[in-house]
Amino acid sequence: MDKTLDLKFTYTEKKDTRSGFGDGLLEAGRKNPNVVGLCADLIGSLKMGAFQKEFPERFFQVGIAEANMIGLAAGMTINGKIPFTGTFANFSTGRVYDQIRQSVAYSDKNVKICASHAGLTLGEDGATHQILEDVGMMKMLPHMTVINPCDYNQTKAATMAIAEYEGPVYLRFGRPSWPIFTPADQKFEIGKAWKMIEGKDVTIFATGHLVWEAVVAEAMLREEGISAEVINIHTIKPLDEEAILESVKKTGCAVSAEEHQLNGGLGDSIAQTLIRNNPAPLEYVGVNDSFGESGTPTELMEKYGLNAENIVKAAKAAIARK
Amino acid sequence: MEKQPLEQLTKISSQVRRDILRMVHAVQSGHPGASLGCTEFFVALYFNQMKHDNKFNMDGANEDLFFLSNGHISPVWYAVLARSGYFSPEEMTTFRKLDSRLQGHPATEEGLPGIRIASGSLGQGLSVATGAAQAKKIDGDDRTVYVLMGDGEQQEGQVWEAAMYAAHHKVDNLIATIDFNRQQIDGPTKEVMDLKDLKAKWEAFGWEVIETKQGNDMAAVLEGLEKAKALTGKGKPVLNLLHTEMGFGVDFMVGTHKWHGIAPSDEQLANALGQLEETLGDY
Ligand SMILES: Cc1ncc(C[n+]2csc(CCOP(=O)(O)OP(=O)(O)O)c2C)c(N)n1
Ligand SMILES: [Mg+2]
Repeated sequence: MDKTLDLKFTYTEKKDTRSGFGDGLLEAGRKNPNVVGLCADLIGSLKMGAFQKEFPERFFQVGIAEANMIGLAAGMTINGKIPFTGTFANFSTGRVYDQIRQSVAYSDKNVKICASHAGLTLGEDGATHQILEDVGMMKMLPHMTVINPCDYNQTKAATMAIAEYEGPVYLRFGRPSWPIFTPADQKFEIGKAWKMIEGKDVTIFATGHLVWEAVVAEAMLREEGISAEVINIHTIKPLDEEAILESVKKTGCAVSAEEHQLNGGLGDSIAQTLIRNNPAPLEYVGVNDSFGESGTPTELMEKYGLNAENIVKAAKAAIARK
Repeated sequence: MEKQPLEQLTKISSQVRRDILRMVHAVQSGHPGASLGCTEFFVALYFNQMKHDNKFNMDGANEDLFFLSNGHISPVWYAVLARSGYFSPEEMTTFRKLDSRLQGHPATEEGLPGIRIASGSLGQGLSVATGAAQAKKIDGDDRTVYVLMGDGEQQEGQVWEAAMYAAHHKVDNLIATIDFNRQQIDGPTKEVMDLKDLKAKWEAFGWEVIETKQGNDMAAVLEGLEKAKALTGKGKPVLNLLHTEMGFGVDFMVGTHKWHGIAPSDEQLANALGQLEETLGDY
């Protein structure tokens, strides 16, 4: 399907976003000697091996003990270290929520919580590991910045950018091999939405893996004579309200697309912004109050309604409500 | 269920190992290593030690109960549940596929008979098993609650919260087993996060500790479980330190963390199946 469509962004290579994290961490470590890494028995899964190899004195294996890892990281910030913790997204959030809340967010410590295998695209491991609530939990915490980049290049750029930002950050990425469609030399600006495609009939606000699906959906809509604007919301908090309002002022309606529960996700944040400033029709693409299950990433994205076809449907529904 | 004799248990184990490998191979995902290492333990429990009903009642009243804390070794549990009649062995073809009851990690959501709680996030099973054991005591139900944990899993703090609690509350109808294979994802436990003297740690927490030194020898596993059972009802929870080899039964998988969570290729599967007799008929 991708082949026959006239896509505004294309790719020649696919890679997992977690590798973008691993490579970005290595670069950040080279640039700044205060960057340290911690991992809870998932070095290979988080792609932290290269950092460990190059900076063994700045890398700490904590074993299967995520709560301890968050506390250690908070402690290391006290004299200026910049700790990057690595584990799966569910063990990075729900498992250690109170540790993050008290020792990192409330205490406003410079910890970077780096979370892999988020969402349904984790695939066969099933619902215990496919967290779909993490963005909600993290964005509710005062002081916390929440970032969900869309491909390998953007994840690498985001990883390097958060090393230079002072304050707690939740960085979410995933496991599957995914199109690399954003430039390698991009500058990552925390909190600044990226208008990727101009349009006038509807705005698609997408985050994470769903940005690619939004790019595909835009081409599908264009074939039907519908002009969609695609905005990449890599930073869910702080939300770029200005960019959102400006776009919806023009298009008059919107779709949010994310690999997350509708409750507490990006769509919720956008809805708050629209309701307060410009109540326009908004349709949601996300998981509707359900846990995931085992399956291949493609099957799951289809079953739970998270692919380009569903974004197209949502866009038409939003336009119809104008 | 009827108690199966030793030679039958050994035969079942061979079939269970084939089932594990074929399930994981078919979807090219899942955790064969510790599944193979814990095969004797599961077979001994379900075909000899536990009083249980394969018609499956969630409340398990007047039955022995089993909880799997290290949920990633679901393949061995599914194989043993299927082979002991909880569901048809055919259903193993659905392992980890869309719309299956055989989820990557054990779950109650799809209603698979034999599963009483979801697991997969490590460190939680001992608390659940302890609660279930106390519920039995409240009801005057004198059956035993079993739980299996990983050795890497011992690094989770919650394990020790539960350990302290169970001893304090004299939960003596509880037999916890540790799959002591000395491996976890990133390597040997000694290198990742040294567990040091586990036996001394559990004893210090107030548990009765036994060691099963040959956890892949059916006679030794049975003996260990009998011994553990004999120690219940005496005011202390019982810990069974089960020495196993990850990947046991397949020469190229044995003793390494490399097979913790990867699937064999076609050739590797053929080689492995060549080492394991088909005793009950492949599904
Ligand atoms: C809370 C939590 N953290 C991390 C993981 C990821 N994980 C799955 S299995 C595993 C290693 C477990 O080691 P062990 O208990 O020794 O099991 P074995 O490798 O021997 O099967 C890890 C870290 C998890 N499932 N749950
Ligand atoms: Mg182990």
